[in-house]
Amino acid sequence: MTAMLNIKALNAYYGQVQALHGLEFALREGSVTTLLGANGAGKTTTLRAICNMVRSTGAIEFNGASLSGRSTENIVRLGIAHVPQGRGTFTTMTVEENLQLGAITRGDRAGVVSDIERMYEHFPVLKQRHTQQAGTLSGGEQQMLAVARALMLRPRLMLLDEPSFGLAPLIVRDLFKILGKINREDKVTILVVEQNAQLALELADQAYVIETGRIVMSGSAAEIGNNEDVRKSYLGY
Amino acid sequence: MTAVQEAVTEAPAVEAVPKRAMTLGTGSSLIMLALLIMAPLFVKNFIIFQLTMLLIYGLAVLALNILTGGSGQFSLGQSAFYAVGAYTSAILIEHAGMNYALTLPIAGVICFAFGFLFGQPALRLSGVYLALATFALATAMPQLLKLGYFEHWTGGVQGLVVTKPDAPFGLPISQDMWLYYFTLVITIAIYIFSVNLLKSRSGRAFMAIRDNEIAASAMGIDVALYKTLAFGVSAGITGVAGGLGAIAVQFVAPDGYTITLAISLFLGMVVGGVGWLPGSIVGSAFIIFVPNIAEGISKGLSGAVFGVLLFLVIFLVPHGARQVAMVAQHLFGKLKKR
Amino acid sequence: MELFTNQVLAGIATGAIYACMALAVVMIYQAIDHLNFAQGEMAMFSTFVSWQLMQWGVPYWGAFLLTLIFSFLGGIAIERLLFKPLAKAPILTNVAGFIALYAIINSFAGLIWDFTIKQYPTPFGSSPFLGSQLISTHQAGMIGVTLLLLIALYFFFQFTRMGLAMRAAASVPESARLVGINTSWMIALGWGMAAAIGSIAGMLIAPVVFLEPNMMLGVLLYGFAAAVLGGLTSPLGAVVGGFLMGIFENLVGTYIPGVGNELKLPIALALIVTVLVIKPAGLFGRPIVKRV
Repeated sequence: MTAMLNIKALNAYYGQVQALHGLEFALREGSVTTLLGANGAGKTTTLRAICNMVRSTGAIEFNGASLSGRSTENIVRLGIAHVPQGRGTFTTMTVEENLQLGAITRGDRAGVVSDIERMYEHFPVLKQRHTQQAGTLSGGEQQMLAVARALMLRPRLMLLDEPSFGLAPLIVRDLFKILGKINREDKVTILVVEQNAQLALELADQAYVIETGRIVMSGSAAEIGNNEDVRKSYLGY
Repeated sequence: MTAVQEAVTEAPAVEAVPKRAMTLGTGSSLIMLALLIMAPLFVKNFIIFQLTMLLIYGLAVLALNILTGGSGQFSLGQSAFYAVGAYTSAILIEHAGMNYALTLPIAGVICFAFGFLFGQPALRLSGVYLALATFALATAMPQLLKLGYFEHWTGGVQGLVVTKPDAPFGLPISQDMWLYYFTLVITIAIYIFSVNLLKSRSGRAFMAIRDNEIAASAMGIDVALYKTLAFGVSAGITGVAGGLGAIAVQFVAPDGYTITLAISLFLGMVVGGVGWLPGSIVGSAFIIFVPNIAEGISKGLSGAVFGVLLFLVIFLVPHGARQVAMVAQHLFGKLKKR
Repeated sequence: MELFTNQVLAGIATGAIYACMALAVVMIYQAIDHLNFAQGEMAMFSTFVSWQLMQWGVPYWGAFLLTLIFSFLGGIAIERLLFKPLAKAPILTNVAGFIALYAIINSFAGLIWDFTIKQYPTPFGSSPFLGSQLISTHQAGMIGVTLLLLIALYFFFQFTRMGLAMRAAASVPESARLVGINTSWMIALGWGMAAAIGSIAGMLIAPVVFLEPNMMLGVLLYGFAAAVLGGLTSPLGAVVGGFLMGIFENLVGTYIPGVGNELKLPIALALIVTVLVIKPAGLFGRPIVKRV
């Protein structure tokens, strides 16, 4: 198994409070992995630690290269796109500007232009609103914009933090369908952190369960989905 | 011009100082008190005068600390309140023959009203906008004091000379020493009042407003009332300081209360540690003594030296004297454990 | 009525000074979300540098260009050396830093060039503009340069990648980092650009107010006020604000009795504050709705 992302002995801290305790897991290239957990379990912290947005110790390797000591923007330039919690939309800029920003580190102008077109194909509603200020879009539309912006980087790895948050179920279904498509067609490895375990497990190949800063379970999505405890705690049956 | 939504996730402009950290512990307080009581016994009159000014500016910085560190409102206009307090005392002493001690509560009340009134239009402003408004107030004040209309009272550009009071009951101490102890008593009283104010319900309201105004209002806090109250209290204390200043310096004149004073008080607050009341005296010491030190180092470049010293302070302790105190407390705690 | 029009026109002419300064103020506000009190001093220092170059025989436009480059690099240097270390410090501490910078620059300028007033040349001449007694060719030149700057800045922010990146870094720094932008360098760049624009303001203003270390204080205040009036997020607002300030100032001086030079500033500021109370985001600013 070629591990694209390898995390070992990860501890993360908010001030004096330790949020992650010796976290370990690996992502296979080309896979969709989901990290499940309750509120406060450390899911968001994990993603933030990968992008060095929170103080941490331990070893994180991306395609063999160590990420420690690198700034967030440099980690991003290695090909890791992060769709943060709350989407992080540039609310005062237009939809199209948001997409352009996703590709701001790329040199190939023509490629960027054609990619923007592809994003409009994936998400037609964005094309409709492409001159609108991003802050005026609905929650679901902003989420799509955030995903599209991340894709503009042409990332090798995409991290998504609770993409279903605050969105209507139908919209979430659509979004996850598109994520699946992107994973298969554009060969983007995906790590999606979710509270909505049902949909996440349908989309993913691999799953991990995190509780109070530690991985407590790991396996294929099917295994985890069938697991008695997971079903009781996260799937409600 | 569409309105844009922004989740308030960024840190508040004025950082919160945890309540128990807002004052000194009992031990340090007693030591401080002892030092303050004994200091003038060993030095010459001029130094005593400087110590008196130390307390007076300390009060003014304290007032600013309540306003900014407590309720989160910026003010670059404290010099205006200081001036009003100073002139109130001076006019009452010289034109109405009032006893100097009585002028102080009057100065305080007048400035409280002034601050409270100023707080009203300031309600809709915050951050840089409020800074600008208070700045306007500070620049206007010297000009207003020079106006022909008021010259009969204010003495116009030349100002007023204020008679220095003697020690009462024929006590065998110098005027300077008497004034020092008089000021000290007032300072301690105001300090205790301020500490209690911040611990009280009003204080909690101030701090709630500082940390997140919208949430505070949603919790039922009368934001308008508390914000103007904070301005009023701050102005009132500054006014008392101004009155004491007039008596100590024996002189009031418009150009003694310029924007430079307001900026100095601001710097004093930052150096002392925003929101940390005991730091006010450290800040006061900084603004009184460091400019002199700077001039001593280089007459031609005194401004530059001052700037460099200020930078040194903020690089080493960005959170001001409070940071030093916290480190000291930490080390002390470690020593006790051994 | 004729007096009124004349005063308005004269106000526009003097307002060009404030408009130019206001542009520099907005520039830095976009970068660091703050007003830099030392900006006037930086502009003053740059102007002195250009004057010195001309004393050494460099022709006007050569000195202008060199000063522009010096200011740009100087602004970046100041940010990297003095304010980057304060990036994590509280805002108020940064403000204290601006004040310290003010003191340092003012003091050095006084030492190097002393406080006597000096003449400063203008490339536009000072004859009446198109025969009008109210606007000189220099003032017309100032208005022209300010408008050119405004257009250039607009173009920069709206149509270039760097401009887009700077806007993003100022708007949502965390998201900017997540698209690969080095937000720290964007701030440095903002400082550089603000310093350069400020130097242009200084070099345009000096012929009118004469060159001396304290020349910029009043101008900076009016510049701040103009920027705030226009809405701190809008370069266009800054320019309009600047012209309006010039007009206010003139009208106040003409029509309100007993107002000498000293009271003009506080009254102008008071007027600004009144506008802000009605329209808290300024004339052209975008009102921001805050969700808790």
